[in-house]
Amino acid sequence: MKHTISVLVENEFGVLTRIAGLFSGRGFNIESLSVAPTLDPSVSRMTIVTRGDDRILEQINKQLNKLIDTIKVIDFTGTDYVEREMALVKVAAEENTRAEVLRIVDIFRGKVVDVTSRSYTVEITGAPTKIDAVIDLLRPMGIKELVRSGPVVLGRGAKGWSG
Amino acid sequence: MKKTGSQILLECLQLEGVETVFGYPGGTVINIYDELMNYPIAHILTRHEQAAVHAADGYARATGKVGVAIATSGPGATNTVTGIATAYMDSIPMVVITGQVPTPLIGNDAFQEADIIGITRPITKHSYLVQDVKDLARIIKQAFYIARTGRPGPVLIDLPKDVQVASTIFSYPDKVELRGYKPTYSGNDRQIDKAVRMILAARKPVLYVGGGTAGSNAAALLLQFAEMIRTPVTTTLMGMAAFPKRHPLSLGMLGMHGTYYANMSVTNSDLLIAVGARFDDRVTGKIASFAPTAEIIHIDIDPTSIKKNVRVDLPIVGDLEDVLNKLIGKLGENPDKLGAMIDGCNVWRDEIAGWKTNFPLTYTASSTVIKPQFVIEKIRELTADDAIITTEVGQHQMWTAQFFDFTRPRTFLSSGGLGTMGFGLPAALGAQAAFPDRQVIDISGDGSFQMNSQEIATLVQYGLPVKIAILNNNFLGMVRQWQELFFNRRYSQTPLNLPIDFVKLAEAYGATGLKATTPQEVEEVIRQALATPGPVIMEFKVDPSENVMPMVPVGAAINEMVLAS
Repeated sequence: MKHTISVLVENEFGVLTRIAGLFSGRGFNIESLSVAPTLDPSVSRMTIVTRGDDRILEQINKQLNKLIDTIKVIDFTGTDYVEREMALVKVAAEENTRAEVLRIVDIFRGKVVDVTSRSYTVEITGAPTKIDAVIDLLRPMGIKELVRSGPVVLGRGAKGWSG
Repeated sequence: MKKTGSQILLECLQLEGVETVFGYPGGTVINIYDELMNYPIAHILTRHEQAAVHAADGYARATGKVGVAIATSGPGATNTVTGIATAYMDSIPMVVITGQVPTPLIGNDAFQEADIIGITRPITKHSYLVQDVKDLARIIKQAFYIARTGRPGPVLIDLPKDVQVASTIFSYPDKVELRGYKPTYSGNDRQIDKAVRMILAARKPVLYVGGGTAGSNAAALLLQFAEMIRTPVTTTLMGMAAFPKRHPLSLGMLGMHGTYYANMSVTNSDLLIAVGARFDDRVTGKIASFAPTAEIIHIDIDPTSIKKNVRVDLPIVGDLEDVLNKLIGKLGENPDKLGAMIDGCNVWRDEIAGWKTNFPLTYTASSTVIKPQFVIEKIRELTADDAIITTEVGQHQMWTAQFFDFTRPRTFLSSGGLGTMGFGLPAALGAQAAFPDRQVIDISGDGSFQMNSQEIATLVQYGLPVKIAILNNNFLGMVRQWQELFFNRRYSQTPLNLPIDFVKLAEAYGATGLKATTPQEVEEVIRQALATPGPVIMEFKVDPSENVMPMVPVGAAINEMVLAS
């Protein structure tokens, strides 16, 4: 089962490696990982998508909490949250497929950020399932290159962990 | 008042109450060592950095204080890795300071440069690379705090040479503020109430005690608690000295080489109270068959140990002294129910007594060949109750755990988690440095002894009167046992045939060497060693065919023991 965890950590030298090392050292899986500073520049927020059963997930949360650099672990499994991801997709766009590519981009409210006579580079933002859908639709046209940012997540509602 | 990094380091060590450090100088720590001559901190120079870390470890295990070791960069730092991993696996409080090449050279493949932070990341509780001398005092204070609090562990401080030379205004912070580190010390009251209810309802309870009870206060409370609920106690290798084996409630050690009655008690129990233990694979055997009919209460300061291997019915996170005190208090409010519970367990205690009578730990005595178990019993008979015993790793370690009856906490120093051969001698060194007037004995095998034998020089140089008992069977004994039992007696690379004259070796360093080849000589050799000032090597030529029994084969449940080979 897929789980999304946000970890608030000290923005210090070596912290990212320590967390990645924790996952690999104990055989936990990292499907995707994104990290950036928060409002408080001394605090970074990591969003990790991992896979495992409840027992594994409990161990992951506890092991993350145990690290000195970890300030807070937020496990979004089973809660109400907003999840967004961004992808840049470079898709082949020959004469006969150019229009179709643009139509798909329009349907998914994406943007074209690069144009050549043979390709479009498309920027799509949305839930990971939406990104999956766009990629599936564009695949038959010939995707030359693709990069995904990995999801970022915030809980729904008024409460927030500022920092 | 401006001070250099080296001065700040030594000032901070003093402020942390450090009296002795273990280490080995080199290019990137030469400034520290120069400054050391101006400070009243004792330094013991070992002959290998691995031994310096093991010595700091032994010092910490014996005293409960944070052990400190210093090594230079590059090979000095990499030599500390095994020692750090040993301390990490057994949760020993330690601060290891390694020199590092100057900050502009880091990452340049400089001379004697090693990314020791990267190398030790998985085996340290935390680590720091000091990049600015202004951070040094705060880092040292944090390092000691992290090492000794919560679940203790080794902390590494990598200190570049230019930071040691740079200076700043020195001020030692009053407090440590770590927003990401707040261990839970106080056990939750509702959980404790539930524990009391479970205990009062038990008919077949067992206390399972691990290394978390190492502190002497916890041991006293544990005894009080066990006696209060009249519950049999089994310990792990690491918890051995926390509960006196002579006590009628003691079941000895459980697990792979545990006693028959300990393993049977756990397997048949209806309530297993785990105190400062982590359900390690050497203890549980086949997990699906471990304590199958028991409800499990797990008391530990580290939440990650709880439910990691085994399903737990009632977790209680907290400091053992806090939780045990609360349990004792709450149980004391119910004397009638407690009395009823104790009576209700009479049948259980009788059953266990039967197992103890019918399946004691034994070995076949001999009047012609020295049995290793006999040597261990003799050492116990002839040493004081507060003697400190270290072991190496292997058959002799298991026989010590089985046949040596410990009565005081912090008297059994053995590498349990990592199982490091070469640990015992330097650990004894560290313990003796902490307690110059107590008897310190390292029980060793011929294989393990050779891993850090160079430290005899350190013992002689500092007048540390450690007595080393080498149980020489001319084999890498434990591996030989597995080869005998599971690999058709194919003794691949386990015979250690070379006849080494250990007496001459001792004398080459200026120590005393003694040797016993018959059972009749054993007592005299031990007496003589204990009466001889200074370090002594005692060699005992022991029966090479002895196996450690009982044994739980890998993959078997702990009640499926092999009782004889």
